[in-house]
Amino acid sequence: MNRRTLLAGAALALAMGGTAFAGSHGPTKACFVYVGPIGDGGWTYQHHQGALAVKEEFGDKVEIAWQESVPEGADSERVLTQFALSGCNIIFTTSFGYMDPTNTVAAKFPDVKFEHATGYKREHPNVSTYDARFYEGRAVIGTIAGHMTKTNKIGYIASFPIPEVIQGINSYYHHAKKVNPDVELVVTWVSTWFDPAKEADAARAMIDQGVDVITAHTDSTAPLAEAAKENGAVVGFGQASDMAAFKPSPRVASIIDNWAPYYVKRVGQVMDGTYEQVASWAGMPEGEVVIGEITEAVPPEVKAEAEAMIAAMTAGEYHPFTGPINKQDGTPWLAEGEVADDGTLAGMNFYIEGISGSVPQ
Amino acid sequence: MIRLEKRPQPSQFWTAFTPVLAVMLTMVAGGILFAILGKDPFVAIKTIFWDPILGDFAFYYRSQLLVKGAPLILIAIGLSLGFRAGIWNIGAEGQYIIGAICGAAVGLAFYPMEARWLIFPLMILAGALGGFLWAMIPAILKTRFNTNEILVSLLLVYVAEQILASMALGPLRNPEGSGFPGSRNLRQYEAASNQELIANSGVHWGVIAAFIAVILAYVLLNRHMLGFQIRLTGQSPRAARFAGVRPNLLVVFCLGASGALAGLAGMFEVAGPAGQISIDFNVGYGFTAIIVAFLGRLHPVGILLAGLLMALTYIGGEAAQATLGLPAAAIQAFQGMLLFFLLAVDVLSNYRVRIGTTEAA
Amino acid sequence: MDLSSINPLVLIASLMVASTPILLAAIGELVVEKSGVLNLGVEGMMIVGAICGFAVAVESGSPALGFIGAALGGAALSMLFGILTQYFLSNQVATGLALTLFGLGLSALIGQGYIGIKPPATGDVNFGPLADLPVLGTILFRHDLMVYISLGLIAGVWAFLKYSRAGLILRAVGESHDAAHALGYNVRTVRLMAIGFGGACAGLGGAYLSLIRVPQWTEGMTAGAGWIALAIVVFASWRPWRVLVGAYLFGGVTVLQLNLQAAGLDVPVQYLSMSPYIITILVLVIISSNRGRASLAAPAALGRVFHASS
Repeated sequence: MNRRTLLAGAALALAMGGTAFAGSHGPTKACFVYVGPIGDGGWTYQHHQGALAVKEEFGDKVEIAWQESVPEGADSERVLTQFALSGCNIIFTTSFGYMDPTNTVAAKFPDVKFEHATGYKREHPNVSTYDARFYEGRAVIGTIAGHMTKTNKIGYIASFPIPEVIQGINSYYHHAKKVNPDVELVVTWVSTWFDPAKEADAARAMIDQGVDVITAHTDSTAPLAEAAKENGAVVGFGQASDMAAFKPSPRVASIIDNWAPYYVKRVGQVMDGTYEQVASWAGMPEGEVVIGEITEAVPPEVKAEAEAMIAAMTAGEYHPFTGPINKQDGTPWLAEGEVADDGTLAGMNFYIEGISGSVPQ
Repeated sequence: MIRLEKRPQPSQFWTAFTPVLAVMLTMVAGGILFAILGKDPFVAIKTIFWDPILGDFAFYYRSQLLVKGAPLILIAIGLSLGFRAGIWNIGAEGQYIIGAICGAAVGLAFYPMEARWLIFPLMILAGALGGFLWAMIPAILKTRFNTNEILVSLLLVYVAEQILASMALGPLRNPEGSGFPGSRNLRQYEAASNQELIANSGVHWGVIAAFIAVILAYVLLNRHMLGFQIRLTGQSPRAARFAGVRPNLLVVFCLGASGALAGLAGMFEVAGPAGQISIDFNVGYGFTAIIVAFLGRLHPVGILLAGLLMALTYIGGEAAQATLGLPAAAIQAFQGMLLFFLLAVDVLSNYRVRIGTTEAA
Repeated sequence: MDLSSINPLVLIASLMVASTPILLAAIGELVVEKSGVLNLGVEGMMIVGAICGFAVAVESGSPALGFIGAALGGAALSMLFGILTQYFLSNQVATGLALTLFGLGLSALIGQGYIGIKPPATGDVNFGPLADLPVLGTILFRHDLMVYISLGLIAGVWAFLKYSRAGLILRAVGESHDAAHALGYNVRTVRLMAIGFGGACAGLGGAYLSLIRVPQWTEGMTAGAGWIALAIVVFASWRPWRVLVGAYLFGGVTVLQLNLQAAGLDVPVQYLSMSPYIITILVLVIISSNRGRASLAAPAALGRVFHASS
């Protein structure tokens, strides 16, 4: 932050004068910035469900506004400013790429609360960050995958090599390996978050090569649909949303991003004045990561094991990254009983031992 | 019987009046669309066209018109030269990306040196050069092998997008970014940042460059031999050859100029409004600029106005989403309508509508 | 790395399926361009076809009706382009781009009620014992009907352009609208019909994505396939069978790179992802430099505005 933009911010704050906060006596206004269309059926859809839950919870006491398909970069900065000017009290920015714009705009509007999803920069007191421990969900489906595979080849359709995806890959593999030492993991990078045809092609390529359990870290149901063509021989998992249309098989379980508890909590805190800056990384205990119904396609004992794991994680008794775990090259990472610290996890950029291939650069 | 008769000269009156007519028609058709979606059409139209210029927060939006319009104008000016001569560069998006990468790479290479007088001009050069070289690929293939430039320039967009992703994940990744993709923020690096020149005006170096490009293009087309050759080639390639135009040279010039301008636009964007190289850095300016070039009738001043009009529909459209809850898709459809009407009424400036009996048509 | 896990027969079979959407859209666009019209709105027509087909199939429960709906939807949208370019004489490049923008918006509006729904399934054609033939069985006889229809369309368009009188007229209009007009052909009608056919094919391609390839509706699901179709037409230098080669080559490189990854080949992902585009460019360069005059195959009146000025 240099002097010039600070001045600019001050001028902007002065210029808007009374207009922006005129509404502070009325309902609290919560605003949401989405990176994709609400109709993506995955990431953005789930954030919007959280927004609707806020409205549901507080009724007339809140007003919600949102904007979909906002490109990261200059456009998001404008949208954020627009929201702040129009009287939003709290603004949720729901994509990693909004990190710098969120902090820039937050500097100009010290009285507006900003909540940035999946980022790490909190340069101003009115910026909080929040994320979900999706790797807890990956641990559960990894366990199911290890049991369900008959070919001992399980697949992971990956988007981009960012820490969240690497955590997911490691957690998935680690838990599959635990219950099935012969398991082999196939990772396919599609280099996109959303391209249904390419996701389907990736699933097809893996199925053709003998993979029979597939999880995806991309947003569409295409991999499940591709698995469905194998008449039960291949199973997969819902990602981000429940993807219930593919029950009971191939969708045997799902990882649901449930932002509603966090959104309701934070908006509530703004309303009753108890709001404070946080860096939230919540998971199953808080209900932010939810495993959708495990269907009857999964044998009862496997289902019981998975549910026990969910219970243990929800109770805070089990951490998916508990040693002994070595890094891919064999060097020790976590000693027996040692639990991974959040700092390492948040910046995870290495595979654990047993995964073949390398993290693309 | 309605019949069209070609005017010997485009009508001055209709050239000026048709855009107004088109905007009015769009308001009617768009109003109907918004009414179908259950929104008050008058409020929606006012939010899109009126509020950004004269509404409560216009002091902010007016500056944003320049921020959003500048890259469109800069790129469209370059494209219009080629389009006039029948040289079709559809891949400005790719040249924009490469320009941004080169510009940012030069800036980041000097980090954290403080020598703005050296670094920023070098970045400008690198941006223009990057776009220029990327455009030289279709230009050279066209002149050497007679390969279609529409296809090659378009395909290179996808190649550029992948290079962008690999740069954001690899060489240009912020070493202090805990493993997340994306470069350092150039706006926070004084020597390499493309700052607002006057606080809150929205005017940055890219805006200045766009205005200069408009003037230069005007002079080139009206006062210079090369401009004459471009226009002649577009109107009659055969006549142009007799007049001594070297078609290959023209291809290289037109593609090179449009590539360099697109590269410049990318560089100014990455160092200013966007701030950093990220996987989704490009947001379609290169494609939208093609429409802007045609809306502006390939005339420099027309392009200036068309760029600002496009920017207005983006910014007003965002406002309509945020305040009225209109889906982003409705705004997209609305923009499409505006373009259709603008293109359709253009017929009035080049043709006279005759109603009555016809001779053998 | 275990390349032996890649079965070439299965690979060919899956590339055929992966290529079908772009193949359908490209063969339609070829006819449009042969008539001298450049419609850059393929992406828009595909996505509108995708949602129209999806909506009709879900409402009626019949994938077949869905495909018909998709073709009609794509054709209807293309008529917007047709009327603007043929009657209002607007610039084709700009109109096509506007069509894509409009189509993306329109499809998302129509599709708001169709998110997260599974469409009725389209079965594979049952060839009985033929499907069990070694080699050929896997490649040729285990697909859904649309794969065969797309191949049939290629053959049909080829025969139509080469042998039929109507095909000759279409080509004449594309070569020189003034000459065709002087001979008494109605240039505008011919072109409108071609544009409508192109729209219908693009619609089918889109519906193949939403009903078979991916079976679901999500906004923006074509993700650029329409642009690839455009590229393939030029790549094919306006010859129907080369469209087939181009589409299968493109689909093949994409499928192959994913297969190589799945087989554990450790290569930079971004460079693999760009490989289909680079290979397309390279092949294009080879084709155009060998023949010296690739532009010869291009319809001479492509993209030009026609106005009967007599």
